[in-house]
Amino acid sequence: MAKGHVLIDFERCKGCELCASVCPKGGIKMSEQFNAKGYRPAVWLNPDGACTGCALCALICPDTAITVYREVVPRMAVVKAAHN
Amino acid sequence: MIPVEPFAEQVVFQRPRALSAAPTTYCPGCMHGVAHRLVAEAIDELGIRERTILVAPVGCAVFAYNFFEVDGVVAPHGRAPALATGIKRVEPDKIVFTYQGDGDLASIGMGEIVHAAARGENLTVIFVNNAVYGMTGGQMAPTTLPGMKTTSSPLGRDPRSMGRPLKMCELLSQLDGAAYIARRSLHSPAEIRKAKKAIVEAFKTQIAGRGFSMVELLASCPTNWDMKPVDALKWIETHMVQVYPPGDYKIKAEGQED
Amino acid sequence: MARQLMKGNEAIAEAAIRAGVEAYFGYPITPQTELLEYMSRRMPELGRVFLQAESELAAINMVYGAACAGRRAMTSSSSPGISLMQEGLSYIAASEVPAVIVDVMRGGPGLGNIAPSQSDYLQMVKMAGHGDFKPIVLAPATVPEAVQLTGLAFELAERYRTIVTVLLDGVLGQMMEPVELPPMRPLPAERPAWSLTGAGGRAKNVILPFRMQPDDLETLNVRLQRKIADIAQHETRYKEYLIDEADEPAELIVVAFGTAGRIALSAVKEARQKGIRVGLHRPITLSPFPDKRLSRLADEARGFLVVEMNAGQMLEDVRLAVGGQAPVRFVGRMGGQLPMPEDILQAIEKLDAEAGRLLDHKIEGPVTLLSTARLQRRQTVN
Repeated sequence: MAKGHVLIDFERCKGCELCASVCPKGGIKMSEQFNAKGYRPAVWLNPDGACTGCALCALICPDTAITVYREVVPRMAVVKAAHN
Repeated sequence: MIPVEPFAEQVVFQRPRALSAAPTTYCPGCMHGVAHRLVAEAIDELGIRERTILVAPVGCAVFAYNFFEVDGVVAPHGRAPALATGIKRVEPDKIVFTYQGDGDLASIGMGEIVHAAARGENLTVIFVNNAVYGMTGGQMAPTTLPGMKTTSSPLGRDPRSMGRPLKMCELLSQLDGAAYIARRSLHSPAEIRKAKKAIVEAFKTQIAGRGFSMVELLASCPTNWDMKPVDALKWIETHMVQVYPPGDYKIKAEGQED
Repeated sequence: MARQLMKGNEAIAEAAIRAGVEAYFGYPITPQTELLEYMSRRMPELGRVFLQAESELAAINMVYGAACAGRRAMTSSSSPGISLMQEGLSYIAASEVPAVIVDVMRGGPGLGNIAPSQSDYLQMVKMAGHGDFKPIVLAPATVPEAVQLTGLAFELAERYRTIVTVLLDGVLGQMMEPVELPPMRPLPAERPAWSLTGAGGRAKNVILPFRMQPDDLETLNVRLQRKIADIAQHETRYKEYLIDEADEPAELIVVAFGTAGRIALSAVKEARQKGIRVGLHRPITLSPFPDKRLSRLADEARGFLVVEMNAGQMLEDVRLAVGGQAPVRFVGRMGGQLPMPEDILQAIEKLDAEAGRLLDHKIEGPVTLLSTARLQRRQTVN
């Protein structure tokens, strides 16, 4: 499965928790810290590395605070195979 | 040593070019932000940013001109369709769209929206229905649900004395001038994807010159509904969708003359 | 150019077309509707925009939109319709986009009647909408002058990026007079830099009718007031008749605009023949009002007589300008009635007699010589 990578803009996020509520892997939690506006922003933890870059979090984010990257799988597979 | 391909990543989601980087003035969890992004994505995909003109309403979205990277003007409350008509008539090759809330469009602006649709004005309306007047603090709107408490229907909207919900898609789709009328919801990623398609379709209708297009978007107002954003989206699903069923209400086929 | 007989409303419409109006949005209301009908024929002929809106309120907002797109746009209406336009006028003023409005006044208040009146002077000159702003108001007294002022309206609207109102009444709108029409002005090739034409190859243009921060809104207001002062300095216009007579300069000044001015002129001429040294000052720009000129006239004049087709509105501005230096009397007819020359002549003679005494500084209320007299008689009867 492809690997995803999520960036959440700490200052732009208003802590509405919608992204956390839709992440199928439970990879997003609300931070303990505050940002400059006093919100507790969402943080991408991805504890078990299960993020697939599905971008549901970004889809539902009202503030476009989330950017999502996804690995380019085919090339990685070739390189891995060559190694072992 | 076998050359190792650098770790390659591809961006799959980022801010659309037509959406400005300015932080929005909307409350946490307010779906205006998503509606803005979808419109901006549609503008980017259709390559029309440099010839698009926004007519913003009076209401929470009065600052929309700050959030779109397009030419814009703010219309008096409810008058956006008239301004848009004025602009479109003198600049027919430009893409003109209004972005309006339910108070703006379905209450004070009812005359303007009905006649713009009836005339088949070749412009696009993005209509955000969150069942209350947001900017002024959560008063009852024409789209407020029966029994729904608001700051001006504190005991709940009584249909007998305060009217029944105004269903704009059902209303405007009766008009021959309307070429594309659709309602979508924003209460989940899946619904948001459908909404995006409808918005693209509405702009395509204008680009093709087929006449009046409108997309009504069911949205939440966590602050004035006094709910957490997650619960507010749930409320759309469990309450608003019944009264305002999403769907396509009018699709005038290519070349189909009215 | 040949002179042709034209109805006021239609002459104004054609004048606007020759001045290069690109979009007309209107709504039917007597006594102005022929202007709309004329536009509905001519504008499409020239490939320009004509649209009959669902209401005057929508029409003014369509003008606002077209003006934001950098196009010469106009609307026309009459008193009740203008009231519906006031919100839009205020937004246009705040946005500083040019717009031309034609107001063919009718009897008021309420639905009033369709007879001619000047009872919207204060509405147009002083309070064209909420907030501190003043449109330029041009008041023609003849159809040829209406044609000339319509062309001027578009020039001033663009030069100062403001609203210009051509203010007339039903008499002028409906009457026919020979006019010589100006040549057709070519439509401008480019749009103004500030206009909404799509952010192609440039930063986006935004036109806002508001400023959230008080200091920003004050800055806007200061600019608007400075513009009004600038307009007053450069654009004040009036016409005077029989005032600067070499050997017999006028000692009594009649002040009247539009149709009332025209009627007053015949009374003034008649009074002159009776040896009364009277002249007519006819403001053409009601805003900016020719107060400085009137104030200078008040240094010499023994008395002023204001003639209007209302209860006495410009009267207030004349009083302010005269500043108590001389008595200011009033002849007015309301309800769509016209003041007759003999009524005005009678008032001039009364003023002549009365103002012969020492300067009378007592400023009375709006003495409507005729209407009050008639009211008093009615009260005594029932």
